[in-house]
Amino acid sequence: MEDNTKNSRRKFLDKGLKIGIATAIGSIGLSKITGKLNAKNEKASGEKMELMTTDGTIIEVDASEVMEVQHSHDHDTKYNLREGMPNRKFVMVIDLAKCKNALKCQQACNKHHYITGEHAWLKVYKMQEEEDTAPYWMPTTCMHCDHPACVTVCPVDATFKRRDGLVLIDNDRCIGCRFCMAACPYSTRVFNWKEPEYGEEAEVMLNMHHADEKYNSIEYTGMPSKIGTVDKCDFCPHMIHKNELPHCVTACPNGVFYFGDKYEDTVTNGAETLRLSKLLKDKNGYRLMEGLGTKPSVFYLPPVDRLVDFEEGLNFYTNYNSVNKSEY
Amino acid sequence: MEVSKKLVNDLAPQKFGKKGVIWTTSLIIISIAGIIAYIDQVRKGQIVTNMNDYALWGIYISNFVFFVATSFVGAVTVAILRLTKNSWRTPIVRIAEIISVAAIIMAGITIMIDMGRPDRLLNLFIHARMQSPITWDVIIIPTSIAVCLLLLYFPLLPDFAILKNYFSETKPKLSKWYGKLSMNWTGSEKQKSIQLKSIHIVALLTIPVGFMLQTVDAWLFSTLFRVGWDSTNLGAYFISGAAVAGIGALVAVIYIVRRANHLEEYITEFHFDKLGKFLVLVCLIYLYFNINEYVIPEFTSKKEELTHLNHLYSGQFAPLFWFVNIGGLIIPIIVLLFKKGRKPLTMFFIALLVVVGSWWKRFLIVTPTLLLPFLPVQGVPESWHHYFPSFHEWIITLATLAMALLIITVLVRYLPVIPIQRTADEQELLKKEEKSNQ
Repeated sequence: MEDNTKNSRRKFLDKGLKIGIATAIGSIGLSKITGKLNAKNEKASGEKMELMTTDGTIIEVDASEVMEVQHSHDHDTKYNLREGMPNRKFVMVIDLAKCKNALKCQQACNKHHYITGEHAWLKVYKMQEEEDTAPYWMPTTCMHCDHPACVTVCPVDATFKRRDGLVLIDNDRCIGCRFCMAACPYSTRVFNWKEPEYGEEAEVMLNMHHADEKYNSIEYTGMPSKIGTVDKCDFCPHMIHKNELPHCVTACPNGVFYFGDKYEDTVTNGAETLRLSKLLKDKNGYRLMEGLGTKPSVFYLPPVDRLVDFEEGLNFYTNYNSVNKSEY
Repeated sequence: MEVSKKLVNDLAPQKFGKKGVIWTTSLIIISIAGIIAYIDQVRKGQIVTNMNDYALWGIYISNFVFFVATSFVGAVTVAILRLTKNSWRTPIVRIAEIISVAAIIMAGITIMIDMGRPDRLLNLFIHARMQSPITWDVIIIPTSIAVCLLLLYFPLLPDFAILKNYFSETKPKLSKWYGKLSMNWTGSEKQKSIQLKSIHIVALLTIPVGFMLQTVDAWLFSTLFRVGWDSTNLGAYFISGAAVAGIGALVAVIYIVRRANHLEEYITEFHFDKLGKFLVLVCLIYLYFNINEYVIPEFTSKKEELTHLNHLYSGQFAPLFWFVNIGGLIIPIIVLLFKKGRKPLTMFFIALLVVVGSWWKRFLIVTPTLLLPFLPVQGVPESWHHYFPSFHEWIITLATLAMALLIITVLVRYLPVIPIQRTADEQELLKKEEKSNQ
């Protein structure tokens, strides 16, 4: 009997305490909210203002209730390196039916990105799935995946995904662990194993670019390459910014590459501009290794109804070389 | 509980003989050569290695994985044998702890050698991102180093006190150091109970920390898409492989220390027999996971898996693959299953085989997978189709191995490799039992 009363008293105290704490917290919260709600009504100036609500009706309010809101000026317009260009989503379409391994894309890319290593950012693969299927040429760039494996594994956030779809590398932060290279299923990333050796001409060009910091800051284009860090195709943000197409797109004599904005649903190869969604539907567009769930931003159109002979491309094919250094 | 003079005489650290001096000097020379090669690598960039954009990790990484694996020996022998109350562990635990400390410290150093920009090491802390398995490694390796050091240190306290007295006249300076390290150990009941509790907690902690360390190491690979790494088997596979590498290293080191310090009376054939059984057990477990890894994918024969396996079975890695699996696993299992195979000298050679096999095994985990990416290897120099370490890589890697051995050597030189106090306590206990039996 005695135990029981003790227990119930304990329970009562326990419950009481808990309820007390709960009400205390609740009342503090309430008073804060009401305080905020009431704050502006304290001093009515008597001056009235006419305003239009979002649904179009005119209302009259006391002038003291109207507060000036700070507009963030750079919200939509300012270019933020890690955020990307506002309201854009860049995509590329590569039409395999047109590619005949002319390699002009690669040469242009190598030249404009001053690639000094052994490994081009843009590669044209000689592909053949099986003996019974037709061979074809397949250019690859960075896929700028929407689920980029490289970004997930980067320990220092040196490689990052932007809202405009670009996956870029901050080579001032990269520690050179090469985990991103191992993570990328498309083998698109290259490493600067040594100090990049820019030729004389390239050096002059780089210096010029540096002078024009506004468009060509180091981070902006991922240039110049730095020893012990990772590089890869950057979708040429320096060109996009000038409202121009990436170098590979303009260099291609066969109109293989289409570049555009997914939000605008248009892509262009310079000569023709097409509706992206229609193009992908009509020509059965696909993405590389879709099954991995990386969601690339680069689409491929299958190599059907080809106007060009595969064999022609063999003249340019070099198994052991992708950067021709004598060119600059 | 007096500790007999003979015991202390036998177990106290001994000065090196001629062989010991030669051994230590050569280790120091190799280490210095490695440091010079590393400085050269930092100056010129990793162009001095034979790594390339396809074989983007080489023996620096496989050597790192080997060190991490070997460091598991502390968790396996000390903690697991302790929890399972296997009393035969007494003379071997200290050596296991020493190997653990050396291996985990060197693991931490080796991983930095692989970094393209070691000057940006601090970025790992300043800009750390939790979802990267490398950050998990950055957390677990220092944790392991701390736990391994404590696991070595706590049981040493009474021994330091004994050594302080032992060397008080012959080497007062050394005695002073031992005195400081013993933290005023008097052997009172209170101290003993605190020490026992601490050891118990640290020993318990070693198991989850060790498992996590090995698993994070496995996840460095299995979180990636690559064929041969993208396997749910990998965590357990690495844990069991670590046990093999660790106990293999333990047997080899014990054999040498036993001969060098004349500890035949304390580390007997009985201990080797037990260790042999333990080694064969972990080898069998590892064999099981190897079958999962290398045989089962043959069944579904996915194209990429098959290419990868054929690369190992009969391709350029075949000699290594068969050496590692037959020499490093099957032969040890067969030999150790027989009582005669568990004699000290045989065990020593088997252990060497296991350790060498374990080292190359890590090479086989890292390299073949990298050379077989999803898209074909095209448009790169011919040499990029293969990978074999360069001179720089070998020297630096040998130096890290030499440094690990150097740490072990120094610790063996200055610490009692067999716990003195514990051995004394156990002998006391045995005597009491004998008396009561009479």
